[in-house]
Amino acid sequence: MKCRKCGEPAVLELRRHNAAFCAPDFLEFFRNQVREAIRKHRMFTRDELVLVAVSGGKDSLALWDVLIDEGYRTTGLYLDLGIFEYSVESKAKCEKFAAARGVPLLVTAVRDEVGAPVPVIQDVTRRPPCSGCGLSKRYLMNRVALEHEMPVVATGHNLDDEAATLFGSVMHWQTDALPRQSPALPSTHPKLVRRVKPLYRLSERETAAFAFLRKIDYIVEECPFAKGATSIAHKEILSRMEDASPGAKHNFLFGFLDRARPAFERAEAVTLNECVRCGQVTTGTICAFCKLADQVKRRVS
Amino acid sequence: MRVILRNPRREVDVAGNRRVKDILRELDIMPETVLVICGDDLITADQVVREGDTIELRPVMSGGRAGPA
Repeated sequence: MKCRKCGEPAVLELRRHNAAFCAPDFLEFFRNQVREAIRKHRMFTRDELVLVAVSGGKDSLALWDVLIDEGYRTTGLYLDLGIFEYSVESKAKCEKFAAARGVPLLVTAVRDEVGAPVPVIQDVTRRPPCSGCGLSKRYLMNRVALEHEMPVVATGHNLDDEAATLFGSVMHWQTDALPRQSPALPSTHPKLVRRVKPLYRLSERETAAFAFLRKIDYIVEECPFAKGATSIAHKEILSRMEDASPGAKHNFLFGFLDRARPAFERAEAVTLNECVRCGQVTTGTICAFCKLADQVKRRVS
Repeated sequence: MRVILRNPRREVDVAGNRRVKDILRELDIMPETVLVICGDDLITADQVVREGDTIELRPVMSGGRAGPA
């Protein structure tokens, strides 16, 4: 198999693009996709401070690597979830990555903010671990960005992540979730920073290949709580569709973004308030994060 | 030849001197769900691996929801 651009032996076939690339041309293809995502959605400028949420996995570290090389002003944020050895190892990967490149890394522990690590939160709430984990991440990413006067948070969500989320929303016809699914969410309140996903044009196989070829030391082992997660089941279904029909995930996601998403945007605006406890944005009186922290503290103490 | 699998990490021996895609089919692994690593290189599904080679099939799927991926 030959590289589509230079004719040298290929290292990766991208069936959805009907193409294969050698390592240098694949890396350039990858960076071009990130550049296009940032340009098309005006995600951030070179003057802005960008908080990059990193987990130690391939996607977020690949994203940070590209943004650093592109000359953006980035700071990493690692949220320590307290998930046993998995968190110890993933934190070490992020610290090693940041130190090697001389870029700043902030570390915030969920245990310090909620009152307990993710495994205990799961026991207390009796809800799937990804539920309390996701809530804590969204809240803390926004709050840390505000505290450091950064107007935008970038996450490593890729095409597969976005397609799986869309699939889950459609399966349950969560029409309130559909308009919120976007590569770039604007700030709708002075205390909400922008959220962007510069890897949304790239599959997770492509981000894994980029991380490998760039010799990024990422955590290959899966989060122990991911096993059995609904999003994994959805990814497996979509991967079977992709195997049978290359480009299926791309068409599903991009068709939604280009043609279907506007139909779900509601005219009426949601009223946003500030939480009476922490001051962060909520649609109620007390935000979901403070309620979670209350619940955890009651049960743990 | 030897194949290294992940999550959990394990090793299996399969017949060599055939294409990567044939090995993936035998192991019931979809090509789009793994990187195929031979030494320090990625290799494509049409490449032939020899009897003494070792390849790693590294899964690319990550899970969970709503956070830094």
